[in-house]
Order: sequence, then structure tokens, then C-alpha cells
Amino acid sequence: MDDFLAARLQMAFSLGFHIVFACIGMVMPFFMSLAHFYWLKTKNVVYRDVTKAWSKGVAIFFATGAVSGTVLSFELGLLWPKFMEHAGPIFGMPFSLEGTAFFIEAIALGFYLYGWNRINPWFHWATGVVVGISGLLSGILVVAANAWMNSPAGFDYIDGQYLNIDPIKAMFNDAWFSQALHMTVAAFVSTGFAVAGVHALMILRGRNVAFHSKAFKIAAVFGTIAACLQPISGDISAKDVAKRQPAKLAAMEAHFHTERNAPLIIGGIPDTAGKKVDYAIKIPGLLSFMATGDFNGEVKGLDSVPKEDQPPIGVTHYAFQVMVGLGMAMVGLALLYFIALWKKKQWLNSNWLLKLFVIATPMGFIALEAGWTVTEVGRQPWIIHGIMRTADAVTPMPGIAYSFYLFTGVYISLSVIVSLLLYRQITMVGKLYDSSTEVPKS
Amino acid sequence: MIYVVIIFLWTAILLYILLGGADFGAGIIELFTSKGNKDRTRKTMYDAIGPIWEANHMWLIIAIVILFVGFPKIYTTVSVYLHIPLVCMLLGIIARGTAFVFRNYDAVEDDMQKVYTPIFVYSSLITPFFLGIIAASAVSGRIDLLANDFLSAYVFSWLNWFSIAVGIFTVSICGFLATIFIIGQTDNESDRKHFTRKARRTIFIVMGCGALVFFAAYLEQIPLFNWIFGDTPGLIAIIAASISLVIMFFILERDKPIMLRLLAGFQVSMILFAATYSHFPDIVMLKNGENLSLLTHQGQTKTIDSLAYALLIGSIFILPALFYLIYIFQKRGALPSDH
Repeated sequence: MDDFLAARLQMAFSLGFHIVFACIGMVMPFFMSLAHFYWLKTKNVVYRDVTKAWSKGVAIFFATGAVSGTVLSFELGLLWPKFMEHAGPIFGMPFSLEGTAFFIEAIALGFYLYGWNRINPWFHWATGVVVGISGLLSGILVVAANAWMNSPAGFDYIDGQYLNIDPIKAMFNDAWFSQALHMTVAAFVSTGFAVAGVHALMILRGRNVAFHSKAFKIAAVFGTIAACLQPISGDISAKDVAKRQPAKLAAMEAHFHTERNAPLIIGGIPDTAGKKVDYAIKIPGLLSFMATGDFNGEVKGLDSVPKEDQPPIGVTHYAFQVMVGLGMAMVGLALLYFIALWKKKQWLNSNWLLKLFVIATPMGFIALEAGWTVTEVGRQPWIIHGIMRTADAVTPMPGIAYSFYLFTGVYISLSVIVSLLLYRQITMVGKLYDSSTEVPKS
Repeated sequence: MIYVVIIFLWTAILLYILLGGADFGAGIIELFTSKGNKDRTRKTMYDAIGPIWEANHMWLIIAIVILFVGFPKIYTTVSVYLHIPLVCMLLGIIARGTAFVFRNYDAVEDDMQKVYTPIFVYSSLITPFFLGIIAASAVSGRIDLLANDFLSAYVFSWLNWFSIAVGIFTVSICGFLATIFIIGQTDNESDRKHFTRKARRTIFIVMGCGALVFFAAYLEQIPLFNWIFGDTPGLIAIIAASISLVIMFFILERDKPIMLRLLAGFQVSMILFAATYSHFPDIVMLKNGENLSLLTHQGQTKTIDSLAYALLIGSIFILPALFYLIYIFQKRGALPSDH
């Protein structure tokens, strides 16, 4: 394997792994705090049990997210030294602030996990909320740094020199808001659906139904509301990408030719040599409308950028289709759930709705990874859009392939262990957390 | 403002060595504890580090962010030429962080614990060992920007007796910090006696490893003796550390845990001060005699200023919260069992 490809794959794997843990680590504290709030308000012990069970999950995901994040802060230099040499001082601001947010999160989590019966109950509850808020802030800041790579700002690039650096302008680059919004909502969708799906499965199996029903409802409400908001944030992102990175939008859509009244291409197999998409559904004018707000608006195609500046079309296009398809499926399920909540209460007790949630368990995370692939692969061949090529940023050290194999092995084994751990936590809810089934201790 | 950033960098490194080090030490001590005492060591250690262990490791992130934002050339040079020990350290960090959580949160005590525990203790040993190697390699002048073969560019930049000795010394410091820390964490007389004995033994080990570092420096022709004893502030720091070590020996038997911790912290800070002072502002020495300096290789003014403000504002939030966390959970006695 050549070193450049190995470095890209290692970075992709590390981020793909981290993103799952980071998202759960920043969203689950909100579920946990809500359950905790109900417990403090209603004194219904089921809520306390759910809170404690979820807090274990938060601890496991936070720790895994924290170490994989630490690794990433080194990998930036280990794999992309030329990039960091120039980008570090420019886009470092969000990272310096993220250090604080992350630190606060770790401190608050210490209070939260060990604070039961030890500190004032409402102070204890508040530390849980702080875990969530600081986690969310960390996420937004890191995404702002990534947005800078798509939309470089806060410096003048003159004769290969990076001059007049302004870190604040770099942080508030054009892409930060749309990307941070889309990512944050995605974190709620994917975590909400994943957690809801797991609890739905346990309800279907008839285990600790009271416990799992309360847990399911909190996660499902968060996940479904977020799922319905996501298309709006997706629309903001698409318009933004159309303006800033036409090549990325063109690759997402496999849109080869610049044209007015451009069709929205759904599915299909892009044929890069023939510059067409086979077997696709085409809705005339819709892409123009989505990108520009006008059915007759001009959408730049791949032909508007030189071949060497085009991102890989296949991967970007397929990943985008997967993301949108799964997103829409989750919106559909969300709508069914809302109907059930307001109009058809009997659906809530029916197995088919729960079964649909079980099927939807991984959808959010698959969509999340696909979306991440779209934004990263769609930015290629650039590491800093329009300024520095990814190939020019890679480390001079040979043998990165071995490092890639090593880290891949580590991440795969970690995923297996975490899954096993969660499986055991979930199947042992009756013994560990649900006090209604527990034999009273002495 | 550059000095604000440098002070933060130094302090973050120091706190990582002290707090993270004590944390690594907990695993190292567990490794070197006889079978019969393993459980009580583990229990006392876990109660002690549980609530704050995540926070202890944040200092490394702060230090690395300061480096890549404020001193990108230094960060990238180290990343390229010390790639291999950095990867080894990272593997240690991954293994340790996850094994610690897994073994404390896995639902049942069974065979899986037999998997987590060795991973935890060995990675606790490996991580500070490679940290020491990286720190020593940065100053030992073996990084060769002109090297054109793999071994001399990426292996001999860090593989030498001096770096290895510093790695071992770092491990011993971690063990030392952990034993001193844990004395204050015990809740009965027999445990206290047990860990006091351990602490005394560890102090001798640290001194032995320190001597090893000087010997290795002599073998590798690194003028360590000059660095440390060559200028007055360094010399004063070492003398102060030695005096405090003598005091520590005298009060080791008495029940003065806070005093012991302060002394241990003081000694380690003095060692770090002596080790960094003579080079300042250089922090990476290259083979061609050119050094990477915190003053000449800093980022542009606006970057440094905003970094300094971010750190100052951050510390307003972090420090009080951290002290309160430590205060709440450092009262003696075991934690309630249901957390």
C-alpha cells in the first residue's frame, strides 16, 4: 500500500472511530440529565435507575472518545506535518478553546459519576448538564476547525506564505455555522435512534419493560425531533457548499455538466468516462432549486473545475445517497412516532413500531459516517481548500502502511470490546440497575 | 504574551507529570505488588484516582494544543522524527484509558477482568516510558534533519541509552508519585504502614534510576552534568530538591499526607525546572547544532496573543472547578459503594 493512501486511510479510520464515541459522549449526557430531572421531580425510582445505567454508558463512551481524541491531536502531526506547520497557528483557536471545554467536561463527569449521595442533588444534576453542554461545545469547536479546511479564512496567502493571520476570523469562517449545525443535529439523530433501538429491542423481548419503556421514550423523542430538523440544516449546508465548493456539490450529485434547470439525481451509477449517470432517477430542476433557490438557477458541474482538482466522484456520490436515503427513512419513522404520540396511542404498544425502531438502530450512525465521508472525500484533492493539496501535506516518513495496520487492528479490537461491554450492560439491566426486579439487599 | 503561553506550556507539562504521572504510577505499583496485596492496592488506588483520572490526562492535550498552535515548527519536527516513540506512547494511552474504564465499568467480575488488568498495568508502564524517551530525545541532539536513510532519520533519533534511561527514570518518578499520593488515601493503620514501606523503597529506586540517567548520558557523551549543575538556578533547584527529600524521609513515618504530597510535587517540579532551565528557550536540539527555540519558532503575534487569552480565560473556568473536584473527593475514607 502506498504511504499516502495509508495515511489517508489511517486518518479516516481514526476519525470514523472517534466520531461515533464523541457523538454519543456529547448527546447521551442530555438523555441522562433529563431522566435525572424526572427522578428528582417525581421520585419515580425507574428514572433513577435509567439515569445510573446511562451514566455508565456515558463514562465508557467518554473515556473511549477522550483517548481516541488525544490520539487524533497527535496524528495530525504524525501524518500531516506540512499541513499542521501552516494550519496550526491559523485554525488553532477552536482547538485551544476546545481544550477548555473538554477539560470542564472531564471535571463535570468526575463530579457526576461519583457524586451520588455525596453532593447536593441539584448541584449533582447540574454537573450532568454541564457534561452535555461542554461536550456539545467541544464538538462545535472541532467542527469549526474542520470547516476552516473547507472554507479557509483568516489569513492572506501570498507567494506560498501565510501572512496576516487572524485566528478569530479563521474560526468564524463561512462554513463553521452550517457544518456545526448539521453535525450537532446529526449527533442527536444518530445517538437518539441508536439508544432508542436498543431499548426497543429489550421491550420486545419483554425484559424490564417499565425500565426500558421510560428509556426508550426519552431517546426516541430526542432522536425523532432531531431527525425532522436535519433536512432543514441539510438544506442550509447544501446551499452553502454550492456557493463555496461547487466541485464538492457536483461530486455529491455526480453532476457532470454545468447547467440551468439542473435535475436532482437520485441513486444511479456514475460513469466518469462517459460523464453521465446510469440507472438514476432524475427530477428536473430540483437540484437547481435546492442549490440556488431557483428552478432555473445555474449549478456548476464537474466540468467547471480542472480534472486534477476534482474530488473522487463515486465515493462522494454513493456516500451522499446513503446519507440522504437513511435520513429520509428516519424522518419517515419519526413522523410515524409523532402520529403515535398524538393521535394513535395504541400504536405505542404495538410491536411493529418498536420493530421499526430496532431496524433503525444503526441508521443514524451509518448516515453520520456517510456524511463525514461526503465532506472529507468531497474536499479532496485539497487538505486546505484551494490552498494546499493533501498529497503535499503527508509525512515524509516511509512505512505508514504498517502504522495503518496497527491502528486499524487497535480500533477494531476496541470496537469489539466496547460492543461486548455494552451488550453485557444492557442484558444485565435487571440485575444491575432496575431496582423493581431486584431482590432487596440487606 | 509569549511568556504567558510558555508558562502555560511548562505548567501543563508539569501537571501532566505530577497528576497523570501519579495516575500511571497507580498501574505501575499494581504491577510490582505481591499477589496478596494486589486487591487492597487496587481498591485504594481506584478510590483515589476514580473521580479525577480523566481530568489528569487533559493536561497532555493542553500541552499538545499549545505546541501545535503556538510553535508549529517544533510540533511538526518532533512529530516527524519521533514518529515511532510517539505511536508507542499513543498505543499506551489508548490501551490504558480504555482498560481502566472497562475494568471498572464492566458489569460482571469474570474472566474479562483477567484481560483488562494486564493491559492496564503494562500500558501504565509503557506510556510514561515512551514519554521519557520522547522528552530525552528532544534534547539529546540526535534528530538529524539531513539524514537520508530510515534508521538514522527515524530510529536513531530516539534509540540511545540516554533516552532509554530517561524513560526508566520517568517510570520510577510515576511510581514514586503514586506511592506518596496513596499514603494519604489509606483509611487504616496497616495500609498506611504498608504503603509507607513501599514509598521508602520507591525513593531509593528513583535515586538509582537518576544515577542511571547520568551514567547513560556519560556513555552517550551528552553533557547532562553541565546542563544541570552548570548554572546557578539549576544547581539551586537540585539542592532544594535534595533537602526536601531528606525532610521527606524524616516525616515519612508520621501521618502527614498533605505535606508528603507537597514535598513530592516540589521535588518533581525542581527536577523539571533544572532539566529545562539551562536549555531555555530551546526545547528541541538538532544534530546539526541548530536548536528549535520557543522564542524564535513561535507563531505570529496574533496567534500567540489569542492563544494566551484562550488559555487565561480557560484557566478561570478550569482551575476553580478542578480544585473543588479534588477537594470534594479527597476527604478521607472510602467512597459510597453505589456510584
